[in-house]
Amino acid sequence: MVEIEDKLLTHIATLARLSLSKEETHALAQDLREILKYAASLETLDLTGVPPMSHATEGERFRPDEATHDLTHQQALQNAPDQEAGLFRVPQVIGG
Amino acid sequence: MSGLTSMGVSELAAAIKGKKASASEVVDAHLARISEKDGSIGAFLARADETACGEAKEIDARLARGEDPGPLAGVPIAIKDAIHVKGLATTCGSKILKKFATPYDATVIRRLKSAGAIVLGKLNMDEFAMGSSNENSAFGPVRNPWDLTRVPGGSSGGSAAAVCAGFAAMTLGSDTGGSIRQPAAFCGVVGLKPTYGRVSRYGLVAFASSLDQIGPLTHSCADAALSLSVIAGQDVHDATSSPRPLDDYAAAVGQPTKGLRVGVPRDFLKTGVDAFVMAEFDRTIAALKSDGASIVDVSLKNAPHAIATYYLVATAEASSNLARFDGVRYGLRTDSATSRATLKDMYGETRDQGFGPEVKRRIILGTFVLSSGYYDAYYLRAQKVRTLIRRDFEKAFESCDVIATPTTPSPAFKLGEKTANPLEMYLADVFTVPANLAGLPGISVPCGFSAGLPVGLQFVGPAFAETAILRAGSAVERLSDASARRPAL
Repeated sequence: MVEIEDKLLTHIATLARLSLSKEETHALAQDLREILKYAASLETLDLTGVPPMSHATEGERFRPDEATHDLTHQQALQNAPDQEAGLFRVPQVIGG
Repeated sequence: MSGLTSMGVSELAAAIKGKKASASEVVDAHLARISEKDGSIGAFLARADETACGEAKEIDARLARGEDPGPLAGVPIAIKDAIHVKGLATTCGSKILKKFATPYDATVIRRLKSAGAIVLGKLNMDEFAMGSSNENSAFGPVRNPWDLTRVPGGSSGGSAAAVCAGFAAMTLGSDTGGSIRQPAAFCGVVGLKPTYGRVSRYGLVAFASSLDQIGPLTHSCADAALSLSVIAGQDVHDATSSPRPLDDYAAAVGQPTKGLRVGVPRDFLKTGVDAFVMAEFDRTIAALKSDGASIVDVSLKNAPHAIATYYLVATAEASSNLARFDGVRYGLRTDSATSRATLKDMYGETRDQGFGPEVKRRIILGTFVLSSGYYDAYYLRAQKVRTLIRRDFEKAFESCDVIATPTTPSPAFKLGEKTANPLEMYLADVFTVPANLAGLPGISVPCGFSAGLPVGLQFVGPAFAETAILRAGSAVERLSDASARRPAL
């Protein structure tokens, strides 16, 4: 079984875009260890030839690919934390 | 007309249509009760008094003109705060969505409004529907109307408490691993999780998209049937909603017990169930047998692996779904203290500030099981076990019409009792999670009481066999007075 150390948890937090404090990182590593220990019961099952199940549907049904305008431009922007000239505004993306 | 707030959906709709009470009287009575009693319960996060009163007047005017405003004309309902109602905020119980103004109605809301139902407000919940006690809400806990020191269950804790307390005749919840059925059991009301695909998810904030389903919480199976007939059906906005025609759900309620084959997975119930809950369950099964049901032994041998499977599958989907909360298009944005902060810094700080501990725990777990090097060992393995769990159900339904279990291993627990141990909290959903993994319909019906606390019995049926579980649920209602009891508030 994989050893969950704080270093691995920091890597996971980076992937998840969460800036965790040291205390949070440590506590979450502990929780993750406990949960994965519990989930190890799945390793006892013989899964040879068993297909994975991703959905319980009978298959998806798609509507025709036609553009509709359910939301106005203004509605789409009404919850934006920051906007300019009808666009979402974000902090600097590259370098600094 | 007295007792309006203790009446169910069908009874209120009939009273309003029969002019025994006006929609305005009904709405006023419920709003007054919320004002009087919700301070000690905490079910509502937002109220819509003004629009509700306006809509009630309109229903009354339409009735006066001889029009038919629909099967739920004037019936007061309230909605879990994960489902969009235009004009009201959708917070999902989270700081990250605190100020989110909803620009459209979910499909279920559109259908309920067309049927004449009146939305009274939005209901408290565990943050992003992650929890089994409602203690993970960023806006405070909900208390169980039967005992204010206990939890109402979760994640639809506000939805269950609101029906139980007489604040609304019907509420909507969402169920990813038991979030309708478990709180329904804890609060002594009926909670129905339809088959995956029976009800459109358009306008429900996604937690785990292959498991989420919207459903009603009510006082009776008849009310659940009527509510389902309004909200169910294919929707162009949800590609997973089924084109299958609806069944006559109302007609299933009250059908005779004779001939009903009830499967009981005894092996699955051997460990971890409270003795009083087990006694109420066994008493109800014996009563069903006396009433003409045949009781069949069935095996769900992989069901004990359902919780582990669920926490790998649901968190993986959640980590992906919750990536959208990044401070760009809506919700909270935390500005960095440094002027050289980049977009990446803003993402990280916003999400760290905006999400509560349980949501972060699940995002981390989900990100881990999907990450390079661990995907096969955890996520893919869990998806294969999911197949085994579904196959167990398919096999079991060859010999029975419904499968019965207690809804929960114990009655409502105390506030704070399980917050220190996430795994222990997860195990509160041991009997409800398998139906979500297999995509099957499930219902929790009150079957008894243990030391003054309600006990729920769950029926799970084959895919799209809502009629079977409603029939079985209504049989339990006839054999027990548990559904008729109301807490003294």
